[in-house]
Amino acid sequence: MSDAAGRKRFTNIHVTQIIRYRLPASGMVSILHRISGALMFLLLPFVLFLFDKSITSEISFEFFKGYVSHPLVKLAILALSWAYLHHFIAGMRHLVMDMHIGLSKHESVKSARVVLIISGVLTLLVAMKLFGVI
Amino acid sequence: MANNNIGPKRVVVGAHYGLRDWLAQRVTAVVMAVFTVVTLVLFLGASDFSYEGWAGLFAQQWFKILAFVTFLALYYHVWVGIRDIWMDYIKPVGIRLTLQVFTILWLLGCAGWTIQILWRV
Repeated sequence: MSDAAGRKRFTNIHVTQIIRYRLPASGMVSILHRISGALMFLLLPFVLFLFDKSITSEISFEFFKGYVSHPLVKLAILALSWAYLHHFIAGMRHLVMDMHIGLSKHESVKSARVVLIISGVLTLLVAMKLFGVI
Repeated sequence: MANNNIGPKRVVVGAHYGLRDWLAQRVTAVVMAVFTVVTLVLFLGASDFSYEGWAGLFAQQWFKILAFVTFLALYYHVWVGIRDIWMDYIKPVGIRLTLQVFTILWLLGCAGWTIQILWRV
């Protein structure tokens, strides 16, 4: 880092400051990447359960259809959809940056905003589809 | 950097200071992305959401194997990511090792379940 000398020393913030601390868009994408990943890890058995029910037989498929029509289950699926979409798109950004594209502070904040907007819009579409608006 | 890669100070629950997992995380991500796109195209290409269409997709041997490989990629990817989380937030070696072992066993269990689901169709 060429500007390391001119920079303020890095310090850790206290846990209680996390909520009030304003992260730049790239920081938001980063922590949401981690949170979405952790969420999908925790809900892995739920996803496998849904997959199992949806595919095993016509009877289990009917159960699956009834099960996913419950509003709380829809909410869980919406959370998972957001997690997948955000993780996917933020991951794409990672792969692009791995190729040394858009690494500057300015560009990375811009691409982070794009990630947040795309995953937000797609999640909104999923929500509308799930709850029968479209 | 101090030489802590050997002897009693060696970090046994660390990231092995290597490229392997970093690269594996990228490669598995690409495998999953390809599978996601293929599945979306095949599935949305079909007219409506019926059991025949959905199960029929997974009944084909090539798709079953593609799905299986993708799930394996997923579990490896999860291992790298969750291990990163344990390494960042859990400092006591004993707890960290326990969580890491639990994660591996858990993912192996999920892999077994995945085989059962896929080869029942």
